[in-house]
Amino acid sequence: MADVTMRIWRGDASGGDFENYTIAQNEGEVVLDVIHRIQATEAPDLACRWNCKAGKCGSCAAEINGKPRLMCMTRMDDLPEGPVTVTPMKTFPIIRDLVTDVSFNFAQAEKVPALLPPPMPVGGYRMFQEDVERGQEFRKCIECFMCQDVCHVIRDHEGNKQHYAGPRFFIRYAELEMHPLDQNDRRDLVREDMGLGYCNITKCCTEVCPEHIKITDNAIIPLKERVVDAHYDPVAWLGRKILRRDKRSASEAAVQPAP
Amino acid sequence: MTTSPYEHHDYDVLIIGAGGAGLRAAIEAKQRGLRVGIITKSLLGKAHTVMAEGGMAAAMGNVYEEDNWMVHFRDTMRGGKYLNNYRMAELHAKESPDRVWELEQWGALFDRTKDGKILQRDFGGHRYARLAHVGDRTGLELIRTLQQKVVSMGTDVFMECKVLKLTHDADGRIAGCVAYWRPSGEFVTFSAKAVILATGGVGRSWKFTSNSWEGTGDGHAMALWAGANLIDMECIQFHPTGMVWPLSVRGLLVTEGVRGDGGVLRNSEGKRFMFDYVADMFRAETAESEEEGDRWYDDHTAGRRPAELLPRDEVARAINAEVKAGRGSPHGGVYLDIATRRSPEFIRRRLPSMYHQFMELAGVDITREAMEIGPTCHYIMGGVKVDAETAATAVPGLFAAGEVAGGMHGANRLGGNSLSDLVVFGKRAGMGAADYVESGAGATSFELSEVEDAVKEALAPFERTTGENPYDIQRDLQELMQANVGIIRTGSEIEEAITKLEEFNERVRNIAVKGGRAYNPGWNLATDLPSMLTVSRCTALGANLRTESRGGHTREDYPKTDAELGTLNFALSSDGGNWDSPVSAQKSPLLTIPDELKALLEEAK
Repeated sequence: MADVTMRIWRGDASGGDFENYTIAQNEGEVVLDVIHRIQATEAPDLACRWNCKAGKCGSCAAEINGKPRLMCMTRMDDLPEGPVTVTPMKTFPIIRDLVTDVSFNFAQAEKVPALLPPPMPVGGYRMFQEDVERGQEFRKCIECFMCQDVCHVIRDHEGNKQHYAGPRFFIRYAELEMHPLDQNDRRDLVREDMGLGYCNITKCCTEVCPEHIKITDNAIIPLKERVVDAHYDPVAWLGRKILRRDKRSASEAAVQPAP
Repeated sequence: MTTSPYEHHDYDVLIIGAGGAGLRAAIEAKQRGLRVGIITKSLLGKAHTVMAEGGMAAAMGNVYEEDNWMVHFRDTMRGGKYLNNYRMAELHAKESPDRVWELEQWGALFDRTKDGKILQRDFGGHRYARLAHVGDRTGLELIRTLQQKVVSMGTDVFMECKVLKLTHDADGRIAGCVAYWRPSGEFVTFSAKAVILATGGVGRSWKFTSNSWEGTGDGHAMALWAGANLIDMECIQFHPTGMVWPLSVRGLLVTEGVRGDGGVLRNSEGKRFMFDYVADMFRAETAESEEEGDRWYDDHTAGRRPAELLPRDEVARAINAEVKAGRGSPHGGVYLDIATRRSPEFIRRRLPSMYHQFMELAGVDITREAMEIGPTCHYIMGGVKVDAETAATAVPGLFAAGEVAGGMHGANRLGGNSLSDLVVFGKRAGMGAADYVESGAGATSFELSEVEDAVKEALAPFERTTGENPYDIQRDLQELMQANVGIIRTGSEIEEAITKLEEFNERVRNIAVKGGRAYNPGWNLATDLPSMLTVSRCTALGANLRTESRGGHTREDYPKTDAELGTLNFALSSDGGNWDSPVSAQKSPLLTIPDELKALLEEAK
C-alpha cells in the first residue's frame, strides 16, 4: 500500500502548527492505528486520548479532514486520497496536540437533577420494553462530545457556554423526562438555565453522532414541545394557576436529593 | 500531619480507579458521610467497564423461576474449577440481585421481559438465563449509571491522574499515594485513612488483548509493592471470541451474547466442532447433538445446553486446537456464525454494537456472513488476596475490589460474573473501608521519603539523553508474554520468560523520553512499564509453579488437573517492595467449604 501523509496539529494553549508525518499503511487500519504508529516511532510525545479502540468509550474524538470523527472508527481506506488532516476538537480549549479540555461537559453533568423514582417494590420495578426504549436510545451515548463540538451555539460563540448545556445534555434531560419512573420536573430548568431555546434544530449534532442517536428529532424537539406545553399552553397555564402547580421552580428541582 | 511539597489532598477514603468497582465503592463510603476522593487515569466514564457487553449475572429468576443463588454459586464454583474463594462466590451469588435492582433506582434501563421485569439472557456456564443486560452494551449502562450517581452525590473525581505508588505511615499502615496529573505532568499527593484499589486488569502485557491502554496492572503491582499478597496470577482468561481481522483490531472483543443468542462456532469444514470438546465434568449437562442443543434455546427443559456455551476456558482451548489442527479460517481463527441461525432483525436488535463493530471495522455484515474470531487476552482471575466480607488486604488500610482482587472467580471466570462482581464487592469494599475509618484505625501521617523516591524514579527518564524508547520495550514485553505465557504454556517456555523478564529490568532502567511532562504518552508509558513488568513476572512465576491445567491456566506438559494443587493458591509477595524486587511464592490453602455448601456442589457433580 502507498505511504500516507498525516498532517497533525501539534501544540498547546500558547499556539502550534501542523506537522507532517509520512508513514506506511496497512490493510484495514483506522486513523488511530496510524497515530499510534507515529507515537511508537517518530513522536512518542504526540498527545491523543484513547481507550477502547472499538467505538464504545468515546475518548478519541478529533476532527479528521475538518469533521468530528472517532479516530478508532474511521478507516483510512474510507478517506479520500491525499494527506489526512487531524486536528483537536475546536469547541474546547487545547491541552496539548489532539487533547482538549472537555471539563465544560463534566460541569454540565453536575447540574443535572438526578432521577427521582418512587420507592422500589419487592422484586424490582415493573417497566415495559416500549417505555424504556425511548430512554435507552439516549443512554447509548458514549460521551465523545462530538455533538457539543459541532454545535454552533458554543462552537462559534464561546460566551454561550455560560448558559447552554448542549446536545449531549439535552438528550440526558430528555431521557430523564421520558423515564418511566422519574418524578422530577426539569422543564423550567432546561428552558431558563440550560438554554434549550438557543438550539435552532440544524441537526448538526445528529449528523456526527457515532451512535446514530436521533438527537434533534427524538430528544431536542420533544423536549422543546414539553417546555412549550408547560409554559405557553393557555389551558395548562390556567390549570396550573387553579391547582397552584407552578410553584416548583428550576432551582427547587435542581436541589432535589437523590434517593 | 505530614506536609507535602506538592499539591495535596486529604480524604477519609481514597479510591484508585473509576470503573464499576471504584464507583460503587465511592457511593457506599459517601453514603456513610465520609470524605471520598476518586482517582482515575482516564476521563470519568471511560474505564474498561464500558467495554463489557453481554450482561451482569444475578439469580433474580425473572426468566427461569428455578434459578436461585444456590445454582449461581454452584455454576461459579464449577466454572472456576473449584479454585475460588468460596465465601466470595457465595456472597456474590446472594447479593448480586439486590445490586442489579439498586441500579434501577439510580436510573439504569435494562431490557425487559413481557411482564415488565428485567430480562435475563443465556451465557456460557450459567445453568439458567441469568444476565441482566441492555442489548450488547451493558457495561456502558453500568458505568454511566454509577457515574451519574457519584456525580449527583458531589464526589471529588481526579481525572487523568496516574498513581505511582502507595504510601505508608511509620507503623506500616496505608496512608495515601503519590500521583501525577497527566495533562500537566505535575505531581500530587493524597493522604487517606483508607485506600481502595479498583484498578482493573493487566491485559496490556499481551500482544492480542481486549484491554485498553489502562490495563497495565497498576493496582496489582502497587498492592504487591505495598506488602499485600497476590494469588492465582497464572489464571488469565483468554476470551474465546476476539476479532482476528483486520490485524489492527485483532483482539477486540466479540460478546459471548452472540453464542447466548444462538450463534455457533464452525471450523473451515463448516463443522460445529465444540461437540467434540465436551470435558467429562460438563458432559451430563451438555447436549449430545446439535438438534438437542437447538431445542434448548427455546425451552431449557426440552434439551441440554449446546456445547458452544461451555465456560470460556473450554471454548478457547477448543478453538486453539482446531486452528492448530489446520481447520482454522484464513486469518488464523474459526467462524462464529449467527447469520444462518437468526433473522437479520433479531441480530440487529439483540447485538447492535457487534453489528456496527464488524460492519465498520471489518466490512463484514454479521446478518449475512460468519465472523472470524479467535482467543484474546481478556481478564485476570488472579489478584490481590482479600477478605471476602470486607475486601481488606493484608496491609492495614488497603482494600481491593473488582478485577484487581483475586479469589472470586477461581481459575476461570464465567461471563457476566464480572459486572456483578464489581458492584457486589465494590459495595463491600466501601463498607469495609468505612468501618475501618470509623474504628479510628486509619493513618494520620505518611512517609515523605516514599513520595520523594517515587518522584525521583518517575523523572529519571527525562535525565537520560540516550536510552530506549518505552514503546519498543512494551512491544517486546507483549510479544514475550503472548509467545511464552499465553493460552497454552509449557515449562521450558515459562522458564525462558522468567529469565528474559529479568533482562527487561535493565531496559526499563534505561528508558529515555522525549519532550516535556505535559500530556506526554511516551512518559506515561514509561511510568506504566514498572507495573506491567511486575505483574508479568507474577504471572510467569505462578504459571511455573502450577504444574497442572486448570481453568485459565493450561500446561501442555501437565495437561491434567492435580488434586493437591486444586486445594491451594500460590500467594506471591514482594521481597523489597520495588518494581524490580524479587517476588516469592508460598502455598496458601483454600478456605474450607462448609458442608451445606459442599452439598450444593456435590449434588451437581
